Amino acid sequence: MSLARTHSIALVGVEGHPVEIEADIENGLVGLMLVGLPDTALREARDRIRSAILNSREKWPNRRITVGLSPASLPKRGSSFDAGIAIAILAADGVIPPARISDLMFLGELGLDGRLRPVRGVLPAVAAAAAAGFRAVAVPEQNAPEACLVPGMRVLATPSLGALLEWLRFPVPLPETAGGHPGGVRVFEDGASPGPARAGGSGPGSVGGPGSAGGSGSAGGEPGSGGGPGSGGGPGSGGGRDLADLVGQPVARRAAEICAAGGHHLLLLGPPGVGKTMLAERLPTVLPRLERDAALEVTAIHSIAGALPPGCPLLTEPPFCAPHHTATRAAIVGGGSGALHPGAASLAHQGCLFLDEAPEFSRDVLDALRQPLESGEVVLARSGLTARFPARFTLVLAANPCPCASTASTRAGCSCSPLVRRRYLARLSGPLLDRVDVKAEFLPVGRAELLSDRKFTEPSSVVAERVAAARQRMAFRLRGTGWRLNAEIPGRELRRRYAPAPGALAPLERAMDLGEISARGVDRVIRLAWTVADLGGVARPTVTEISYALALWLGVTTY
Amino acid sequence: MNAKDALGQHGEQLAAEYLQRAGFRILDRNWRCSEGEIDIVAADRRVLVACEVKTRSGIGYGTPLEAVTRKKRNRLRRLAVCWVVANGVLFDEVRVDVVGVLRDDNDGFTIEHIRGVG
Repeated sequence: MSLARTHSIALVGVEGHPVEIEADIENGLVGLMLVGLPDTALREARDRIRSAILNSREKWPNRRITVGLSPASLPKRGSSFDAGIAIAILAADGVIPPARISDLMFLGELGLDGRLRPVRGVLPAVAAAAAAGFRAVAVPEQNAPEACLVPGMRVLATPSLGALLEWLRFPVPLPETAGGHPGGVRVFEDGASPGPARAGGSGPGSVGGPGSAGGSGSAGGEPGSGGGPGSGGGPGSGGGRDLADLVGQPVARRAAEICAAGGHHLLLLGPPGVGKTMLAERLPTVLPRLERDAALEVTAIHSIAGALPPGCPLLTEPPFCAPHHTATRAAIVGGGSGALHPGAASLAHQGCLFLDEAPEFSRDVLDALRQPLESGEVVLARSGLTARFPARFTLVLAANPCPCASTASTRAGCSCSPLVRRRYLARLSGPLLDRVDVKAEFLPVGRAELLSDRKFTEPSSVVAERVAAARQRMAFRLRGTGWRLNAEIPGRELRRRYAPAPGALAPLERAMDLGEISARGVDRVIRLAWTVADLGGVARPTVTEISYALALWLGVTTY
Repeated sequence: MNAKDALGQHGEQLAAEYLQRAGFRILDRNWRCSEGEIDIVAADRRVLVACEVKTRSGIGYGTPLEAVTRKKRNRLRRLAVCWVVANGVLFDEVRVDVVGVLRDDNDGFTIEHIRGVG
């Protein structure tokens, strides 16, 4: 009888693919057929949409309705197609003029009462819509701040299906609508951002607040460039943590600084209670804030995982992710049988992945980390689709020297046999440990050390400044290449373009002759030496930097 | 006879009149066999139409047309074939139609007719 078409986005990993939704109303047995590889949540859309349309006081077309989602070969999951399907059905029934919806993208799950509920992954979906040439998108009201992050997009913040229909039938002149009447669609032009989102902590959960939306657009759209430090509070930054809390462990503090600067992986070894976890938790405080591109990438991953804090659309703090050691492989690298979810490794992208009690993690979980450590992304292959999640993180492992964990400096309390001790740490050894650049051993501190070290502790802000300066030096040296951090430079370039000063490699050659270090280890030590040089303001690593880096790599500084 | 059956019969009567006006020849009403019942058997030129009539007094429990399911449609097809066998009349084609009769608040009736649901 009649046909109408709307558009939405299907997410595979962090990539969005445009999906065309066609609704056809024809004679036949009354019912709604949904075709195009829907999963269970999407197949249930039939019942949600019917109730939502009826409860929005619209007529349900009493005919045979066929809804097709194309490309049909792409598996579609989740409930974010609800809005697009409902609009397509109503347009096919002649309720909405087709011209109004032809260049609009719809995202959102419908409640039975016709409300538009927030969905996951709005940011990557809207970014994909922009890439596909769409200039306007209708999203659930709660997702609007996220959608507004994408440049060049007109965002319709939609509280309900009824409001959206009203807007589609009677488009109101634009400037007045930004203020909005209660329960209506609010329109945000490119670059404007919704009021509630900028307010940060003040009223994150408030949904309806049309009054607070008055001051939209005032703040512009560049939260990435250091706007309002300490406002949102990313996942890892909060709690007033400071590196200065870690008294008595100057070597470990220095190791953390180097790792933060160069993006090197870190192993913390030591008995319980000396501050391993404390140090790891403070690592994000010395990391520089994310640049805009990186922040968008990180936000997109967290959006897909549904882990975005409310009222904080853009994550500008480097994330900190500390999964428990009972975590499964799917929890760490991502996975799932139906919709593919990012794992902890991807949630820690551009930030820090902390594995406390690392030897307690199951072996296959640790080994699954080898691929992201090498390539900086996780590739999940399933029948019919392959999803990619970026996962370029700084790995921090913490371990006790033995399972009894009662070992003191004198090792008097330890009842573990040498064999047990060796086996315990052997769970970590091998290829994984070979990729960890800095191995810091914590020694228990006495009272005198605690007191005397107090003079030398520096607050995180001071260390962060040094880290930022080192990163600037790195960025300048690596400009024009695809790499940002010393840890990312491939070995070939390391020997050709970024060779240390002549004669500086002498300690390394000696270590190689003695069989203490592998060929890959040599590359890793040189990268580390570059970071040490950057932190110290040295133009090129000399014997001093190489020796220091070698000591960090071998983990012998504290032996 | 209780009110529900009276409404149903009245609906069937209205549907039969409607079909006649639409140019159908009514061949049989409430034809039964062991498999079930056809409300109206009609001929639309050379096509045999097995017609199911659904009458409702309101849409509180859904519209009349919604009440006809896939299972019902399949049974009507089988019944139509039974009717052909029993009466020995040949047709080019067999079709299943649904007529929905809905009573509104002023005791008027709305008739909706869907041709060829299967």
